[in-house]
Amino acid sequence: MEFSWLSDPFYQSYLLEGFINTLLLVIVSAAGGLALAITLALARLKGPRPLAWCIHGFTTVMRGTPLLVQLFFFYYGVGRLLEGIPGIQESLIWPVLRDPFFYGALTFILSVGAYSGEVIRGALISVPPGEREAGRAFGMSPTQVFFRLWLPRAIQLCLPTLTGEMILLLKSIPLVSTIAMMDLLQAANIIRDEMFLVYEPLMLIAGIYLAMTVVLTLVLRQVEQRFPGMRPTRGRRLIPGRA
Amino acid sequence: MNYNLIAASTLALLTLSTTGQAAEPLQIGISAEPYPPFTYTSSDGDWTGFEVELGLAFCDAMNRECEIKPTGWSGIIPSLKDGRIDMIMNSMSITEARQRVIDFSDPYYFTPGAYVAAKDMAFTPPDDLDGQVLGVQSATTNATYARRALRDSGAEVRLYDQAEQVNRDLLSGRLDVILADQIAMQELVERDAAADFEIKGKAPHHSAYGEGVGLGLRPDDDALQADLNDAIEDVFEEGTCTDLSNEYFGTDICT
Repeated sequence: MEFSWLSDPFYQSYLLEGFINTLLLVIVSAAGGLALAITLALARLKGPRPLAWCIHGFTTVMRGTPLLVQLFFFYYGVGRLLEGIPGIQESLIWPVLRDPFFYGALTFILSVGAYSGEVIRGALISVPPGEREAGRAFGMSPTQVFFRLWLPRAIQLCLPTLTGEMILLLKSIPLVSTIAMMDLLQAANIIRDEMFLVYEPLMLIAGIYLAMTVVLTLVLRQVEQRFPGMRPTRGRRLIPGRA
Repeated sequence: MNYNLIAASTLALLTLSTTGQAAEPLQIGISAEPYPPFTYTSSDGDWTGFEVELGLAFCDAMNRECEIKPTGWSGIIPSLKDGRIDMIMNSMSITEARQRVIDFSDPYYFTPGAYVAAKDMAFTPPDDLDGQVLGVQSATTNATYARRALRDSGAEVRLYDQAEQVNRDLLSGRLDVILADQIAMQELVERDAAADFEIKGKAPHHSAYGEGVGLGLRPDDDALQADLNDAIEDVFEEGTCTDLSNEYFGTDICT
């Protein structure tokens, strides 16, 4: 075992860059993916029939094809279509469109949206309809019922599953090293190429991923425990002034 | 008794081969697997190519007779040590690891990295790299050079697994400039799809690229090493190497 490269600032800067990019990509993909998941779940339950069918098809395709294939599809396939649009290379959004980060985030958002969308849809169905009717009886609008009652109750039900989805997302990030993005795996590959060491840099990034997963699990456990309705509400007056 | 006989005959053979070496043709070991355009078999079955012709030119300069001897690449260093061949001449880069086992002649060719960018882009490397997106293939000398020498140039370096991915992203505009082996880049800019692209310059000599390609020799063959280095100098001065290089690659790779 040879770990002398750890003290080399040259490799440290690549590892740090890879770590920051990995973190950024997880945050962007998780936020975008969950927002998409809620939208897809709601549209499948309440949207017009043709829209629900389209979403069903999208979910089937995204869940039925390998993530790496999707990444290549978006980077090399869709990316190629985009760059063919006249004038786009001079436009303001081109710096974003030519960056592999965009294609990585796009792929992961769609993937998280498809997987978590199904989880959330199942959870939404599991909320007893009587609770929603109770909300309506209190005079809430359908939008209020959704955001104040239905969705929070559904998320309560599926939070542990969503935590698992986020951990899977985190561990899918090294795939972006194949589309020329500097992530932790690419940083490890640089050390491999220059130092002729294979296992040591891989062990380091495996350790970093393990640590990130542990931190993510702890954070999400806190979220699970603090989420409204997850703790016993003894002694709390649910409806001020009425109880 | 049998052992004695074998020992005696081996000894005799050894003596024969050492005394007869001056008259014996030198064996130039090349890879048995063709490596065009450096070494390959022509349509009539003879070995030819840039390095075959150049090697024979070295022999002419030394006034020695030489034979081309194809040898499996992975076993080519043991073959040299065993004496089945006298030199290795097949694009073998002079590296520290190899120098621990064998000796090398002076380098006879060197392919630096070449920058390719769009024709209409005003670009002189390395000064104009600031703010540009530079693509290289990972695990190559060019990647090492880009990381080590171009670190403060302001370029954003992107690493790809395959050379063709780098080329493709240059042609599609996602990369501003790429840095790759000069011979490969020569081939790239000749493609129809790359009509708007050209070689903008070469990377200078840098430790990342090593010292170039030399002939591999047995460490105790000092006389041959000295003769070869003289021959390389002569052949270079005559311009034979440059002529051959232009013929095969359209550019001068002789150091």
